[in-house]
Amino acid sequence: MGLRKIYAYRRENGRVGIRNHVVILPVDDISNAACEAVAKNIQGTLALPHAYGRLQFGEDLELFFRTMIGTGCNPNVAAVVVIGIEPGWTKRIVDGIATTGKPVSGFSIEGKGDIRTIAEASYRAKEYVQWATELQRTECDFSELYISVKCGESDTTTGLASCPTVGNVIDKHCAAKGTASFGETTELTGGEHIVASKAINDAVRQQFMAIFEDYQNLVMKEKVDDLSESQPTKGNIAGGLTTIEEKALGNIEKLGKKTKFVGCLKPAEAPADKGLWFMDTSSAAAEAVTLWAASGAVVHLFPTGQGNIIGNPIEPVIKLTGNPKTAKSMSEHIDVDVSGILQGNMTLDQAGEALLDMIARTSNGRLTAAEALGHREFVLTKLYRSA
Amino acid sequence: MIHFLVHDSKDDVGVAVVDIESGTQCSGKILSDNKPLTAKATESIPLGHKLALRDFAVGDTVTKYDVVIGKVVQPIKAGQLVHVHNLKTRRW
Repeated sequence: MGLRKIYAYRRENGRVGIRNHVVILPVDDISNAACEAVAKNIQGTLALPHAYGRLQFGEDLELFFRTMIGTGCNPNVAAVVVIGIEPGWTKRIVDGIATTGKPVSGFSIEGKGDIRTIAEASYRAKEYVQWATELQRTECDFSELYISVKCGESDTTTGLASCPTVGNVIDKHCAAKGTASFGETTELTGGEHIVASKAINDAVRQQFMAIFEDYQNLVMKEKVDDLSESQPTKGNIAGGLTTIEEKALGNIEKLGKKTKFVGCLKPAEAPADKGLWFMDTSSAAAEAVTLWAASGAVVHLFPTGQGNIIGNPIEPVIKLTGNPKTAKSMSEHIDVDVSGILQGNMTLDQAGEALLDMIARTSNGRLTAAEALGHREFVLTKLYRSA
Repeated sequence: MIHFLVHDSKDDVGVAVVDIESGTQCSGKILSDNKPLTAKATESIPLGHKLALRDFAVGDTVTKYDVVIGKVVQPIKAGQLVHVHNLKTRRW
């Protein structure tokens, strides 16, 4: 069964995407300039410059490749041109993306220089964009959407209104055999026992607690104070949130009332099946959404209290707020206003339905506030220093 | 008009859902059982900030969502603002 029908792009591997990007993907920081030049030459393409990709090693390098390949594989992406300084790592990313069956080509700069690389890549990008712009949306089931959820610049209205609204959607989406993911490992602190109680079985519960404890150990090792102003942030505190425990309890309202989570994912790892998944992520918005986009999520639900403005280049970010002041003062950033919940003028179920409607409209092509405002934060998670 | 909401009947703080001026006799609602309650604010409580529903001594814990959210570091009287000046995390 499905909650609503949507019109979306069915990709070569059967997955459903709601955007149709032709991405120009740099393998490394020094190939950003060539990618941006190609995107300037060929209208309708999207360069994704980033800061890393050189001299990384170990688990940090594996996460890097998972993120880059996953970004290219995302169903919101129709085709990809990959440009790197040398052919080896460029080919690794091209081969990873090619497993989806979508068009992908790699170009490397060494021995040739920027200008010839840009010319060759531009010819290919032009072919891809003209092919992609003829692809048509077809009727798909809402439950085929992979949805990620994370809040930001939260305040106490987040726990009262916008996060429970997302929870209402998660319950309905997962009951309809949809796929979803939550994360923010440090931001579960104080409510981790509640999250653990929502694991589908003991094995998943133990896996979750091991990941949670690992992140706690990192905080305890690196901290110089009680993390006041970092977690919770200064914005959280201005909005009335006092402690990490209080923030976490609002955050986990997003998990819904009935849904159990079925497994744990490494950062940027794709879910193997339907249902709700925990992903080990930072709580920083741009980093976390970039990881979910790389795991294949096609639309993100972002409750905010004080007004976080984040977007992502390939995964539309839908913002909702329960704070009536933010709904007015930052209206250009808000897609769904659920502040009526505070005075009892809107029930949680009505708010959930309004959010489902907005997901369907966004899936059918409506640009989110963040897309219309040009927010394209593409931020790689780095685990430690490069070699 | 509702001035404040309480997540759970066992909580000892409410959340202001409008800007509350000092001295206001406030109407509230408990979300877990939909019951009304009243409280007098003895300080200004901005929207989103917490109102103490009882007196707290240093070392007491504060409960919200029926879960402990931190420890009291300055005495708090019912009706006062509960925030970073009188409540701290028990973690980190």
